[in-house]
Amino acid sequence: MIQEILKILENDARTTIKQISAMTGTPSAEVARLIKQAEKEGTILKYKTVINWEKVGKEQVWALIEVKVTPQRDVGFDSIAERIYRFPQVRTAYLVSGTYDLLVLVVGKNMNEVADFVSQKLAPIESVQGTVTHFVLKRYKEDGEILQGKEEIRRQPVVL
Amino acid sequence: MSTNLPGQSRKYESITSQRVNQIPPSGIRRFFDLLASMEGVISLGIGEPDYPTPWHIREAAIHAIEKGYTMYTSNLGIPELRQELSQHLKNSYNLDYDPNSQLLITIGVSEALDLVMRALLNPGDEVIMPDPCYVSYPACVVLAGGTPVMVPTYEKNNFEISASDIEARVSDKTKIILIGYPANPTGAVMGKEKLLQIAEVARRHQLLVIYDEIYAKLVYGVKHTCFTTLPGMKERTILLSGFSKAYAMTGWRIGYAAANKEIIAAMTKIHQYTLLCVPIMAQVAAIEALKSGEASTTEMVNEYNRRRQVMVKGLNEIGLPCFEPRGAFYAFPSIKGTGMTSQEFSERLLLEEKVAVVPGTAFGRCGEGYVRCCFATSLADIEEALSRMKRFVDKHKKEG
Repeated sequence: MIQEILKILENDARTTIKQISAMTGTPSAEVARLIKQAEKEGTILKYKTVINWEKVGKEQVWALIEVKVTPQRDVGFDSIAERIYRFPQVRTAYLVSGTYDLLVLVVGKNMNEVADFVSQKLAPIESVQGTVTHFVLKRYKEDGEILQGKEEIRRQPVVL
Repeated sequence: MSTNLPGQSRKYESITSQRVNQIPPSGIRRFFDLLASMEGVISLGIGEPDYPTPWHIREAAIHAIEKGYTMYTSNLGIPELRQELSQHLKNSYNLDYDPNSQLLITIGVSEALDLVMRALLNPGDEVIMPDPCYVSYPACVVLAGGTPVMVPTYEKNNFEISASDIEARVSDKTKIILIGYPANPTGAVMGKEKLLQIAEVARRHQLLVIYDEIYAKLVYGVKHTCFTTLPGMKERTILLSGFSKAYAMTGWRIGYAAANKEIIAAMTKIHQYTLLCVPIMAQVAAIEALKSGEASTTEMVNEYNRRRQVMVKGLNEIGLPCFEPRGAFYAFPSIKGTGMTSQEFSERLLLEEKVAVVPGTAFGRCGEGYVRCCFATSLADIEEALSRMKRFVDKHKKEG
């Protein structure tokens, strides 16, 4: 049941306990309890909104940065990763396989801000061997949501 | 050409064929016209998924067009599709259908239904079917020269058709039992035990059975039983199904018939003279749907189930007692408490609160006292529709 509730919330965090109760046929009190528990256990991390900031004219620069690092004894990549992901500019950080080690998504007000972050903060870290910065030119899809040209339902009002 | 001039329509009745004249005009025609002129209507009148076809299926068809798949195919359907379908029926039901002689790809279940009636019926042959039922059932029988024999079904029996009621209507002209579960418009599902009783009637009176399982994959918390899997029934049954509901492919118009090779051959004769084949792009899309559509179907069914529970609970709470649908995507609440007829209720609900539902009588006489509400629409719309319906019901309760 908790997985069913999580799926509903992942799709729409604003679904109320009453609605979830009706959707799943579970008493409201039980739904509330399961959600509270998931929040406490850190299964539910946060309730967020997917926003297309460009619509309100807010300028943002996104950059995907490949980071090649030297792993450290005992802690591997975790310690250096933490050094990096603790910066608030870092929206997402992954350890990946392939030609580099960490993939970091950085969001800034403009290109300068992102460039400064890379040159002043990221690159100078001792175990960082090198970085490659890809500025994002266009966002098509975010967290499973298509940002523009979303499909509309085109149906006849009555079909037998 | 306008057909609403009484003199003119009478004149044309002498020109159009008697068979066509025999079919009553759709009970919701007036409705359509009304709806088209209104804004802000929430429609629960739709009998199709509100999802577009899953992208991987659409993409397969686009690729096919790019590659030049634009020709006729074999009358029966692309061999690969029949192969996949045969495998699908084997995996789902452990049924063996020879892809080269026992499967026919059709323009939806609609064509398959028309073909099977024309292939099997002689003038006056009777076809037994439930009332209420999908609108095409009796029409296809009449167009093929047969006589539909309606068996009333009731809410108190979960809208299941009873074997003894069928048997009571068997005459020396009866040839076919036509049933489809999960059912449109009631959402009823028939369990194996009850279907076994019908199988017994079919065997006793040497009847054929047409089993329409277009909603087979849309069941909630119960198991769908394919009639063909019942002992001795494969030889007697013409199984009809398609891709529209399970894979949200209504506009592609593709379905199939599975039966013994003599019946498929007879159906194919008509098919090849009238339609040749299903459009190739739709067939390519269907191959993709069978190969890897399962995940999308599961996701859609889970979502329908959530909406179903909201709809049924909501209808019951506003005073429109609702039989629990275990399949398809329709709720079929009783509106008897309002004192209105189905037609009246639907029209006034549309005019006063801008919610479109389909009067139960569109599906047969036994649909009187009920309306069909489709829950394959967004949760927000369902909730808004329910709150409008509540206002409507409350208002007329006071008046009454």
